[in-house]
Amino acid sequence: MDIVIYGFIQSVALLLMAFGFSLVYGVSRLPNFAHGALYVLTGFVAWAFVNRAGWPYPLAVVGALAVAGLAGLLLYQFVLKRIRGMEMSEVIASYAIGLAILEGLRWWGFRGGTHALPTVSDGVAFLFDVPVDHQRLLVVGVGAALLVGIWAYTRFSKAGLALRAIAQDERAAMMLGIDSDRTGMLAVALGSALAGLAAVVIFPLGSIVIEEGYKVLIYALAVCVVGGLGSWVGTVLASFLLGFAQYVTVAYGKPHYQMVVMLLAIVVTLVVRPSGLFGRQKSLEERV
Amino acid sequence: MNAQPQRRKERIDRGIKARAETIYALSSLEELAYLLGPRLLFIVGFLALPLILAPWPYWHRVALSVCVLGLVSVSFDFLANQVGLVSLGGAFFFGVGGYTAALLNTAWGLPPVLAIGLATVVGAGICAVLIAPCLPLRGIYFAIVTLMYPLLMTRIIEAADILGGTEGFRGITGFSSVWTEAYGLILGLLVGVFGLRRYLAEDAGLVIRAVKENDQSVRASGISVAGVRFKALYLAGLLGCFAGAYYVHMYRSVGISAFALDLSILPIAATVIGGGGTLVGPVIGSLILVPLSEVLRDFGSLRIVVYSLVLAGFVVFRSEGILVFATRKYQQFERWVEV
Repeated sequence: MDIVIYGFIQSVALLLMAFGFSLVYGVSRLPNFAHGALYVLTGFVAWAFVNRAGWPYPLAVVGALAVAGLAGLLLYQFVLKRIRGMEMSEVIASYAIGLAILEGLRWWGFRGGTHALPTVSDGVAFLFDVPVDHQRLLVVGVGAALLVGIWAYTRFSKAGLALRAIAQDERAAMMLGIDSDRTGMLAVALGSALAGLAAVVIFPLGSIVIEEGYKVLIYALAVCVVGGLGSWVGTVLASFLLGFAQYVTVAYGKPHYQMVVMLLAIVVTLVVRPSGLFGRQKSLEERV
Repeated sequence: MNAQPQRRKERIDRGIKARAETIYALSSLEELAYLLGPRLLFIVGFLALPLILAPWPYWHRVALSVCVLGLVSVSFDFLANQVGLVSLGGAFFFGVGGYTAALLNTAWGLPPVLAIGLATVVGAGICAVLIAPCLPLRGIYFAIVTLMYPLLMTRIIEAADILGGTEGFRGITGFSSVWTEAYGLILGLLVGVFGLRRYLAEDAGLVIRAVKENDQSVRASGISVAGVRFKALYLAGLLGCFAGAYYVHMYRSVGISAFALDLSILPIAATVIGGGGTLVGPVIGSLILVPLSEVLRDFGSLRIVVYSLVLAGFVVFRSEGILVFATRKYQQFERWVEV
């Protein structure tokens, strides 16, 4: 029972980490390699709002999410917009920006394991006799709310419909008057805010460290690659596959192998089936 | 109507460039100097570097780091801009070369020259074979997968505690004198850069560039795309492994830092700044970046911030790089003309 419950929680956490990346790539084909950096940035901003500015926790969370969204917006406006369509430039530029954010935070003095966000409550609930703390339940709750929210947003709101339209057929969407640049900006801002959302619910489980940024980027890449880049259903399914795989490795093997599993998953998937387990086969785009 | 006359910039080849293009290059010393000048400046400059810097051992070392990084950058540039395979895992070549040399030296007791030579040839083979399954991938897919290779190596070495684990190897034989150390590396760099340029000017280079531009047409001509890419990967591996092996013998130790992310991102920065697709540009880029990063060493991780911002700035605003810009100024003049 342990495996089912904790594997499930791990999977939802992975989904939260990866969904922003998947959304941005799915909508505007922008690989946002600054994803992990935005995740850590939000964690530190929330920490600073609580501990330096003395804001109440909920307000700090909202503020930090706003900062994350704004950071994504600026990233798109000043960097990604100018090099849109040149895949490699997008990867290199966004990765460089992410690196600058992470190492900048390190230089600024955010290092070591001394920074932590408060948990919502320290209580422990019992699910089928397995103890689960409230923060982990919150992770699952936020994950579920996120899925429902995104589903509703992309089906019933005008901006959400525009996002889907651009993702499905950019040219036709532009003919119908949807601005590709504005949608791209919205997608990157939303994706960054989602990275931030993952940060504020997952960071209270541990402490905020810079290395987490690199890890989250790799996790997000692993989930998106295994699920198929740009496929949202694939992202959800792949995060469950990898989440359970990760939990089983930690429970029955050495925790060291956790990362090896993720990295191998990326390499093997790309070699065997580049469009991912659940992606559409578009072999001319990705293979010779 | 627009009252202001529209103007555009016109670029015209300099007369001397046109004259120096064919057999007429031999017609006068001026044309010869025009052609040979930049090349000689580069070669003589590098050969003179250890002599000039001899009084300052620290900067002498930095100059050698420039060469090591230059080699890794040239290998990135060759793969990315000539073959069309953007590899974010330059550290993989470097690390494999370094570890192979360390093993050959410590286990078999080979002298540095043999260890480096063998590590270059064998290491490049190992890299090429390991990356071969990913060769059919394109663009961002290849970039992601190669980014994972060095990370995977680090984690496996850590987790399985093989190849010396987190400690790595120590007590590797160094070079007999400072001069052999310096000139071996510089010769390696010059041979690498000019050898690759020569190779690209041959028919084989034509096929390689065709693979980048239009792989389907290469395939239609009955040439195996994967085969060409494999050869190119091996060539790039030679440069990267040589750099890694040499570095290991210079510092007499090797650890998992040989696979560090720094070694994947710095060559990219050097290439973008120096000018992609020129093979010499990346060396010039590392000539700028390495000393800059040494000057900033006291500021800790700030130097990573500086060079990643420089990198992003160049990618976004000046993607042609220094050498392409300089070549254009050298060969052409510009003037405004009315449309």
